[in-house]
Amino acid sequence: MASDAVGALPDENGKQRLIVLENAGMIDPEDIESYMAVGGYATFNDVLQSMTPPEVIDQIRNSGLRGRGGAGYPAGLKWSTVGKALGAQKYVVCNGDEGDPGAFMDRSIMEADPHRVLEGMMIAAYAVGASQGYLYVRAEYPLAIKRLKHAIKQAEKHGLLGHNISGTPFSLSLQVRLGAGAFVCGEETALLASIEGRRGQPRPRPPYPAESGLWGCPTLINNVETYANVVPILREGAEWFAGIGTERSKGTKVFALSGRIARTGLIEVPMGITLREIIYDIGGGIPDGRKFKAVQTGGPSGGCIPAAHIDTPVDYESLKQVGSMMGSGGMIVMDDSSCMVDVAKYFLEFCMTESCGKCVPCRVGTAQMHGLLEKICEGEATLDDLEMLEELCDMVTNTSLCGLGQAAPNAVVTTLHFFRDEYMAHIVDKTCPAHVCPVSRKEAVQ
Amino acid sequence: MRTSTITPPSDDKRWRIVQATMRKHGFAPDALIETLHSAQEAFGYLDDDALRYVGRSLRLPLSRVYGVATFYNLFTLKPQGEHTCVVCMGTACYIKGGPDVLKAIENAAGIRKGETTPDKKVSLLVARCLGACALAPAVVYDGVMDGHLAPDEAASRVKEWMSNGK
Repeated sequence: MASDAVGALPDENGKQRLIVLENAGMIDPEDIESYMAVGGYATFNDVLQSMTPPEVIDQIRNSGLRGRGGAGYPAGLKWSTVGKALGAQKYVVCNGDEGDPGAFMDRSIMEADPHRVLEGMMIAAYAVGASQGYLYVRAEYPLAIKRLKHAIKQAEKHGLLGHNISGTPFSLSLQVRLGAGAFVCGEETALLASIEGRRGQPRPRPPYPAESGLWGCPTLINNVETYANVVPILREGAEWFAGIGTERSKGTKVFALSGRIARTGLIEVPMGITLREIIYDIGGGIPDGRKFKAVQTGGPSGGCIPAAHIDTPVDYESLKQVGSMMGSGGMIVMDDSSCMVDVAKYFLEFCMTESCGKCVPCRVGTAQMHGLLEKICEGEATLDDLEMLEELCDMVTNTSLCGLGQAAPNAVVTTLHFFRDEYMAHIVDKTCPAHVCPVSRKEAVQ
Repeated sequence: MRTSTITPPSDDKRWRIVQATMRKHGFAPDALIETLHSAQEAFGYLDDDALRYVGRSLRLPLSRVYGVATFYNLFTLKPQGEHTCVVCMGTACYIKGGPDVLKAIENAAGIRKGETTPDKKVSLLVARCLGACALAPAVVYDGVMDGHLAPDEAASRVKEWMSNGK
């Protein structure tokens, strides 16, 4: 497949810090011996022999690790909730359904270092008391699926999975489950429904999966990258990990850098690095002498950050403050050839077609919003339409059932906030400043 | 857990692949998506016979099987063309000219996205993101990815497929 599957971009000026990707491109992902040669599974064995489950959870809590799927929920808190939950049967689940367009971090981690993900899950399962686990992976990632399945077989052969692992009472079996192309399955309750073989539709929370997840049992569900952080934390210690990053966002984050930028590919940077450092120092800036306009983070649920905020540090809170979010880690750079109204329409169309249809605000609201944006791009909208669009943003955000609907208006909200003049140009002057929308073609005809 | 299998709708050998998947999961109802994947891989699409057979084997109502098969983007109930062309519409591809590439291919094939040409030669699909953003705009021709495509360039392969009868 693509050449960007393995390893991070070259680190020319020391801005990157490889923790999750430390093995990517350095080891043979299809050979467990190769993983063991760099210390693989030693941490799992140490944990199993010398730590109690509450001690493991304490380490994760003290490290300050937050979920890398996007929302940034403290991992330690989630682990301890599942650990304390009552139930003879518990599950661990790895969310490998990376549906964000422009994001390929999880695919790269699963393809380049599958054992790292498994080892993280094994430690998690031991910590919370789970005996069965699932890796839910997009069917669009055949290589990742093949390597994970292969890795599970090898781990079983080495006695790292199965009954009474290393002579301890701990037992665990892991299975890969395929997604089938539904963005909403990245949402945890929808993902669990899909593992159960049903339509991937979310349900209201609470109860949270930590209390009632797969088949009603307590379930720990984390993202691929979150699990990939577990081994280094336990190997090097919680204090070491907590020393990287910012006050409230610890560690590093892997991003998929793409769009109108000189160098595209994976990067891993400590939290708190600024967007400017990422785009110019690591990404090499904007090609063809064009001007940097905005960077889109967080996929369809995120927002567009304009050039004025390029010195924003990359951490959960700062990104939220400028209206975007960390998301799973897609970072798409745009230059002045992109029309922000068109971009908002693109994301709305995505959310509209990916809405599972269960709740009305999301199903109908996104369609109405998309219709209004189309009108704006055609140059047929009025200021009343704009007002209606803003009202719908509020309504859809506040009344949708799950994260997909709640975040769907973000693309519109951030572009309206930072690029309102472009909306006005479409509506009042009937022009598209970037010459992207149909309205600019009409203008040319006149 | 069930161990015996229900007789498939025909003596096509490909049903054995589907049976093997169901057996591997002990005919558990939660293996529905896995089974549909393997049926689609074997036959290229999911027809009524396949849906009914899978439903009966896993003891699921047809409504549930149909509901799942139509919910997920990857499942198709219609046969695909001899060649498939998947245009990526991920964000990176979109801002780097994906829509123009798609339009050029639609014009060349005379069909819209999601359709198959009347002579069953070419199916045109759109992907949400192929995760190959460095190659934007990217297109997958019969499973092989190609990137950095100009619209004319992207359409030429499809034209070739349509003209030389292979």
